[in-house]
Amino acid sequence: MQVTITVNGQSRTTDVEPRTLLVHHLRDDLGLTGTNVGCDTSSCGACTVHLNGEAVKSCTMLAVQADGQDVLTIEGLAPSADELHPMQQAFREHHGLQCGFCTPGMVMAAVSLLKEIPNPTEREVREGIEGNLCRCTGYHNIVKAILAAAGSSA
Amino acid sequence: MIPAKFDYERVSSVDEALSLLRQHGDDAKLLAGGHSLLPLMKLRFATPSVLIDVGRLSELSYVREDGDEIAIGALTRHHDVQHSDVLRAQVEILAHAAGQVGDQQVRHRGTIGGSIAHGDPASDLPAVILALGGSMVIRGGDGERTVPASEFFTGFLETALAPDELLTEIRVPKVPGAGWSFQKLTKRAQDWAIVGCAVVRSSTSASESNDGRSVTGVGLVNMGPTPLRATATEQALAAGASVADAAAVADQDASPTADINASEEYRRHLARVLVRRGLEEATR
Repeated sequence: MQVTITVNGQSRTTDVEPRTLLVHHLRDDLGLTGTNVGCDTSSCGACTVHLNGEAVKSCTMLAVQADGQDVLTIEGLAPSADELHPMQQAFREHHGLQCGFCTPGMVMAAVSLLKEIPNPTEREVREGIEGNLCRCTGYHNIVKAILAAAGSSA
Repeated sequence: MIPAKFDYERVSSVDEALSLLRQHGDDAKLLAGGHSLLPLMKLRFATPSVLIDVGRLSELSYVREDGDEIAIGALTRHHDVQHSDVLRAQVEILAHAAGQVGDQQVRHRGTIGGSIAHGDPASDLPAVILALGGSMVIRGGDGERTVPASEFFTGFLETALAPDELLTEIRVPKVPGAGWSFQKLTKRAQDWAIVGCAVVRSSTSASESNDGRSVTGVGLVNMGPTPLRATATEQALAAGASVADAAAVADQDASPTADINASEEYRRHLARVLVRRGLEEATR
């Protein structure tokens, strides 16, 4: 089935099998491998992308469901090739990552969270990223980074 | 994990969905947000040959006041239920519980109708609808019918929905100012409840026949093959029992199973404890 999805601002038309998951479409058909497959069961959040501006888990969505919609992946977040998005910059400054596997999903979830709650409390940040698992950091620096990004974008 | 092959049909009206359901019968499944169905399909526990995508039927996404009730379109996402001003004012427990479903990503896709139609005893919202004494509006080939929540959940992942019917609306009574509590015990933040309960104590119009005494509804999560009410607790309270005595019979009509998270006896214990906490919180 032919689907047309706006991915990172660019309209992409591709033939997909209806059973193709959005994450596999992004990675295998479009070559956008920044979005990771972690648990593959909607638990870990490594596959988080934005659908029409909101964080979703792309392992629990069919590519055909995104037909005609707007998808943003980690590759499309930074304003230019030599400038990071404020959330990426905050993760870098506060060392909000170790191995980096959860980071693309974590950053996308955090950006979506701040859209809904621009000035969150620490508790709101911790609850807001409950759908994203990190096995390295213990979350502390991730929370710091998100709070810092909220401050800088205010 | 990739689902087994299926034919995909995206519909643009309820009638189109009903017509496809009639055509394909049991071989077809309806796809809304996909957050119950797609995980099952990825595990190949569900292998429908036709998937009817109703996700674009925006006319089934709404929260509106209708007399003494609030009507919620079946395709209203958990996120929109959670943030509905109408629900926060009139049925606060439902807005709160919707915010406890999964995580933000899940709530951006999952719908109240999908969750209810799936009929999972471990999911949060059925217990809330049961405690509120809500009802489900169902469309089929013969028109529309309304089924009370207490008759909707018929077996494990089984509901009153026939294969050729579509859940279109969930109705709940307005209970402004009612005492309420939603209790959920999980091991990790986004997990399904090991046991949960929803408590609503209200003095609605129904209580006029009850000498003005408040009416208490208690719904249980993960305490049997279906979402269910703690009927013994409700009856004990109606007869004037104390919170402690009423909570002590919370598991009386339940038939929980043991799994990796909890034994049957632990679940029974949790139900009694959580219902007591819920009643206390709802009574404050």
